[in-house]
Amino acid sequence: MIRIDNLTKIFETPNGPVTAADHINMEVPEGEICVLLGPSGCGKTTTLKMINRIIPSTSGKIFINGEDTTGMNTVELRRNIGYVIQQIGLFPNMTIEENIAIVPKLLGWDANRYKARAKELLELVALDPSIFLKRYPRELSGGQQQRIGVARALAADPPVMLMDEPFGAIDPINREVIQDEFLKMQQELRKTIMFVSHDIDEAVKMADRIAIFRGGRLVQYDTPDDLLAHPVDDFVESFVGDDRALKRLRLVQVSQVMEPVTTVSPGDSLKVALERIEQQGYSHAILMVNERNQPIGYVSRSVAQTTNGLCGEHYFGLKADTRPEDDLRKVASLMFNHDTTWLPCTDEHGVLVGQVTQRGITHYLGATYHRDAPVSLAQTLQQISA
Amino acid sequence: MEILDFLTGNLDLILKLTIEHISLVAVAVGLATITGVPIGIAITQNERVARVVLYLASIIITIPSIALFGIMIPLLSTIGHGIGYLPAVIAVLLYSQLPIIRNTYTAINNVNPALREAARGIGMNPVQRLRMVEIPLAIPVIMAGVRTAVVMNIGVMAIAAYIGAGGLGVLISRGITQSDPRQLVAGAIAVSILAVIADYALLWIQKRLTPKGISA
Repeated sequence: MIRIDNLTKIFETPNGPVTAADHINMEVPEGEICVLLGPSGCGKTTTLKMINRIIPSTSGKIFINGEDTTGMNTVELRRNIGYVIQQIGLFPNMTIEENIAIVPKLLGWDANRYKARAKELLELVALDPSIFLKRYPRELSGGQQQRIGVARALAADPPVMLMDEPFGAIDPINREVIQDEFLKMQQELRKTIMFVSHDIDEAVKMADRIAIFRGGRLVQYDTPDDLLAHPVDDFVESFVGDDRALKRLRLVQVSQVMEPVTTVSPGDSLKVALERIEQQGYSHAILMVNERNQPIGYVSRSVAQTTNGLCGEHYFGLKADTRPEDDLRKVASLMFNHDTTWLPCTDEHGVLVGQVTQRGITHYLGATYHRDAPVSLAQTLQQISA
Repeated sequence: MEILDFLTGNLDLILKLTIEHISLVAVAVGLATITGVPIGIAITQNERVARVVLYLASIIITIPSIALFGIMIPLLSTIGHGIGYLPAVIAVLLYSQLPIIRNTYTAINNVNPALREAARGIGMNPVQRLRMVEIPLAIPVIMAGVRTAVVMNIGVMAIAAYIGAGGLGVLISRGITQSDPRQLVAGAIAVSILAVIADYALLWIQKRLTPKGISA
């Protein structure tokens, strides 16, 4: 856990004092990623760098896991905080192994232990130790280098990590990959992370909480979903963008908007299919499943109305399906691609578990926009599981 | 042809003088490295001090060597070493300061700020930063300074023969006083070849000392 208490930084410049961070108060719960977000010069980086004293604070306190860091020795404090910077900053005179093992070495681990740790971390960041341990940083691509940067920060297993635009210098394709890998890692490691970014999409993707800074002040500190649904002022609203509702798609999983679905089997007659379509109020079609409840196709309303026979003789193949853990952005994209308003949802064995519809998505996203009756993500989750 | 005869006929003498010459320069530049590198590192901490130190070192290098020897004769006479080995070594030591201090200062100052921040951020103290990051990265440039000092001072040391320090300058000074072009030219050629060989030898050492990860 990181708690910041009235943290302030005033820079003395030739043109008079400049307040870079103005009485910042915030708390990052244990195991969460907090993204500090804002335009350049808003104080986000200053705030981050005051935590490991790369920038000395003017006033205020910082607590890590409940302990006031004010009296701590700077070098010791830093060795207990993982630090990743945009410029990566691998030491070019050291091999990858030496780079990763540097903090454990400084902490006095014996050579066998820190070498084993370096190997373990390389595997964790998805690089083959037999290839990379003895290489030098310049022999690696930018994306590989930043993976090592992350591994180095994790080496001594610090409870807290500070990341200053860690993926900012990596090309967009690799950035997505590294972000995904990092999130996967974080699910296991549960570090308390402060992460500076200027990219709202990155923030929405990575953050458990987002802190929006402007002019040295913390203007809003919320979960990504609440931030996108309820920006506190015009600045935050314009910063998160006109398409903020679309950005929320990424935050919602199919399981949260999944609905029960009625189906037919190949042996049912088209008459039964039509009945069920009418009953459920389906506009275009009904899903057909096999005996193991796996979706195999759909029967369209128009065919059911005009034709006699069995469903198994008059169905269309499925265009796509989704999984409960997919996010809605992917679902929306599939719907647009295949010109459809609903998709079946299956588990890992291909067994039908429900459906996701455009109306359901719209309804879910719309619900949290009504300020009078705000529905938090947690509440909605409860409703669904109930 | 005369010169060739002289060279082959006096190999022993030339070898002895060359060794003398090398040892003079080696001792002087060695001492200069031991003093200049720490000074160069120290002055990275304060820009104003750095300017003063570099300015002084630049002034020293503009003093003609013959004048420097002249200045040292009365000073060092008080301890009985007005001429000979000591003033020669001191002169070369002083001349070597500028290239060595300046290159060290520049190299340490030019270490990528991101690396410095990373080193601080992961919890290296200032001594560890120097030892593990800054000095290894600065080695090629520091060594370039040492090479400059050595090559420059192989020439300066030839003049030290006039104050009785020995070395290949002996051949040159004798050549002049005895109007013997063979000795003069032989001395000059030997000094030049020595400078070239020393430069290559130091280049080789520089490459060996440069960390593998940054060598070109």
